[in-house]
Amino acid sequence: MGSRSSHVAIPDADSIRRETGFSQASLLRLHHRFRALDRNKKGYLSRMDLQQIGALAVNPLGDRIIESFFPDGSQQVDFPGFVRVLAHFRPVEDEDTETQDPKKPEPLNSRRNKLHYAFQLYDLDGDGKISRHEMLQVLRLMVGVQVTEEQLENIADRTVQEADEDGDGAVSFVEFTKSLEKMDVEQKMSIRILK
Amino acid sequence: MALQMFVTFSPWNCLLLLVALECSEASSDLNESANSTAQYAPNAWFAAASSEPDERISVFELDYDYVQIPYEVTLWILLASLAKIGFHLYRRLPGLMPESCLLILVGALVGAIIFGTDHKSPPVMDSSIYFLYLLPPIVLEGGYFMPTRPFFENIGSILWWAVLGALINALGIGLSLYFICQVKAFGLGDVNLLQNLLFGSLISAVDPVAVLAVFEEARVNEQLYMMIFGEALLNDGITVVLYNMLIAFTKMHKFEDIEPVDILAGCARFIIVGLGGILFGIVFGFISAFITRFTQNISAIEPLIVFMFSYLSYLAAETLYLSGILAITACAVTMKKYVEENVSQTSYTTIKYFMKMLSSVSETLIFIFMGVSTVGKNHEWNWAFICFTLAFCQIWRAISVFALFYISNQFRTFPFSIKDQCIIFYSGVRGAGSFSLAFLLPLSLFPRKKMFVTATLVVIYFTAFIQGITVGPLVRYLDVKKTNKKESINEELHIRLMDHLKAGIEDVCGHWSHYQVRDKFKKFDHRYLRKILIRKNLPKSSIVSLYKKLEMKQAIEMVETGILSSTAFSIPHQARRIQGIKRLSPEDVESIRDILTSNMYQVRQRTLSYNKYNLKPQTSEKQAKEILIRRQNTLRESMRKGHSLPWGKPAGTKNVRYLSFTYGNPQSAGRDTRAAEFSDDDSSDPGSPSIMFSALSRIGSLKKQEAQEIIPMKSLHRGRKAFNSGYQRNTSQEEYLGGVRRVALRPKPLFHAVDEEGESGGESEGKASLVEVQSRWTTDRGHGRDHNRSHSPLLQKK
Repeated sequence: MGSRSSHVAIPDADSIRRETGFSQASLLRLHHRFRALDRNKKGYLSRMDLQQIGALAVNPLGDRIIESFFPDGSQQVDFPGFVRVLAHFRPVEDEDTETQDPKKPEPLNSRRNKLHYAFQLYDLDGDGKISRHEMLQVLRLMVGVQVTEEQLENIADRTVQEADEDGDGAVSFVEFTKSLEKMDVEQKMSIRILK
Repeated sequence: MALQMFVTFSPWNCLLLLVALECSEASSDLNESANSTAQYAPNAWFAAASSEPDERISVFELDYDYVQIPYEVTLWILLASLAKIGFHLYRRLPGLMPESCLLILVGALVGAIIFGTDHKSPPVMDSSIYFLYLLPPIVLEGGYFMPTRPFFENIGSILWWAVLGALINALGIGLSLYFICQVKAFGLGDVNLLQNLLFGSLISAVDPVAVLAVFEEARVNEQLYMMIFGEALLNDGITVVLYNMLIAFTKMHKFEDIEPVDILAGCARFIIVGLGGILFGIVFGFISAFITRFTQNISAIEPLIVFMFSYLSYLAAETLYLSGILAITACAVTMKKYVEENVSQTSYTTIKYFMKMLSSVSETLIFIFMGVSTVGKNHEWNWAFICFTLAFCQIWRAISVFALFYISNQFRTFPFSIKDQCIIFYSGVRGAGSFSLAFLLPLSLFPRKKMFVTATLVVIYFTAFIQGITVGPLVRYLDVKKTNKKESINEELHIRLMDHLKAGIEDVCGHWSHYQVRDKFKKFDHRYLRKILIRKNLPKSSIVSLYKKLEMKQAIEMVETGILSSTAFSIPHQARRIQGIKRLSPEDVESIRDILTSNMYQVRQRTLSYNKYNLKPQTSEKQAKEILIRRQNTLRESMRKGHSLPWGKPAGTKNVRYLSFTYGNPQSAGRDTRAAEFSDDDSSDPGSPSIMFSALSRIGSLKKQEAQEIIPMKSLHRGRKAFNSGYQRNTSQEEYLGGVRRVALRPKPLFHAVDEEGESGGESEGKASLVEVQSRWTTDRGHGRDHNRSHSPLLQKK
């Protein structure tokens, strides 16, 4: 499949593979997809390119997902960056946890990193906490128009209140992780085609 | 009959119709016995005054025989429809049992009525009626609604499974039953091998699509769905081919005369019949697509063309003893893509609904025939045969599923799990197809036909009811749902967020398929096929634009009523909530949880949603529209305030205009083409409706045009106190620009992004949510910018 595609060599393929853990085949496919999205053959993706994915427009979190590809205010994402984000969704296999070298950085698709990715979707200002306001904004995105603002605020209050342990009125990453400890995050945030 | 009132709900309507039917039967008997000249009644009216009437001219007469057959058939169909209405009114029923169960029950009821009233001559199904009239609509509908992309991606597995599975089942069941028949004790010695094989082939005709509706909510992955769908689609064709071949065998030879040559010839014939049928179908599909290119002025005949050509492909293939079923399937698949683009909006809807209607009627009739023959005296009950048939059906299906999938899993990128295989095994529900083939066995060749029919009926009833009802719980059990119901609100919210996230990232990754073949086909398609088959752009009728205006108006209204309740999004609410966090009582928590669960947006289903009996109202479409409108609003709002997006980046100097969006649901293929139409519509009709969410307009040079359609926009704005009329909205001109450009391109977008370069050049960055599906659009967009200015003379005209 991938090997027969037009051979555009992936720069730094090995380092990307080490960092993300993708197989060569998956990497080739992702590169193919990257090039398909990159309409003007610029070599990187802009927000425009990602916005042309039709299905994202009807996804309530579409904008935020796109934004997550552009960390730190950049306007372009190159292939390593693209792959780095997608690596979060690689299914967790047992071999990853076995060869856990304490000196190596945690693989991108570990539970913690997956949760961190999700956390970043909430935490827009990047202060490491989900404030009540941020929670409310996410709620607004995800809930239909029939719910009144009052109800939304209640829900946001309750959500923060449930998770907040140190009483600062915001949910830190640790608290976020704790509130989801019973949930099978690895399975929820894994896409099986990204082996 | 006065009793033919239209009663809508409750099963009591069945009783009313029962009474009606009874009356009609009674009166028909009465007529026959009492008034012997009733037969002459129709003639009497026509044979003017020449005949001397023996009696007084009766003022009021009843002639039932004249209308008997259409009358009864209509009553049956009506009864089934009313039953379906009742079925769907009880919310929980469709999730419990497949609709085919309902149809079987209705059939049994009608059969009971007919049997009870001792009806002399009910309409009977015979071979030509079935094969010529009842079967094609069912197959056509299956082929037309098949999602092509997943089908062709999995075509290898599907063919392997459908063809070989059918063959293995047929031969396996046939042979096993033959060995059972050899056992003297069961009294089946006169059933020879050929008859058993034939029976095996007809009993292996499964109808798994019927159960799809039952486990629709369980997230069945796309591949599994496609396997079931593909099997259903091809299974009919293969079993009928096999059936016909074996009948030919039976007619031509006695068992002892069959030589290996014949068997080889049989296999070759099988392949030729299959491939030939497909070829016919493709040819007819292309012809009809070509013809629809020219029908823009008489769009009323477009559905006719579609149906007639499909039917013609069936008949033409049947003439040559090729497989008509495969022909009509191939025709539908080929035709669909091009016809949908060519054909007008109303024709498209008509085709869809009419197809569903026809297939629904066909299936209803077959089930009623089945019911009629269930309740009756013409059964032959042979315990051994029936029990072993049931057992072998299950055993051989299990064998074929697990063996074939084990092999195909070696070659697949994404193998099917055991869970998936269990679901496929269990969805082997028999349906109308088996019964028809059994019923149409020629009695001369099959002296024990009644036994076959009885056995078929038992298998159908068993699988449809028992398996149909239990498949839902089984799937849900296998799906390993969360065990703890009491999730905290946090968890619910986060779970939904992650689902949306996952769906979004899946969309970013796109579909990973066999790129090579698909790309090649796409290139070929673009370069040659589309030029020939797709019509050139011409302005659509004003009716179409009116229709779209209405849709837009509805969308606007929805926005107004919906969002008005929660005003400006991005006003920070910090000030209000300084006080301490309230402690909420458990009831409040419950109510909050309920609000959340019922109102959160559903995750976009990547898995396909196909319902055999129904065209589902697109609730996901409404949701998508809602999401889109809200996003537009948020972005416009934030643009206006100088922020591009809530995370505080400065607004670009780009001017982005959002042009028409039509249907938000990217799933249904038809929608994309609707959007294409919409775009063409824009090109012709500059005042055509589109919600203009234009942001800061940099083009002061363009005249503002107070077109009709701005008024709805204004009313929209009036509702928002936050917005002021400092907005500049260039509507029609820009749209027309976009439209003119679009004429050349024929894109299939959901939105049109028309990007304008402001004073600052450089890379365009859409801050807003613009969606574009076709790639050609973007490649020409660069040119579009240059054309921008040159088109301004055109504006003066408008």
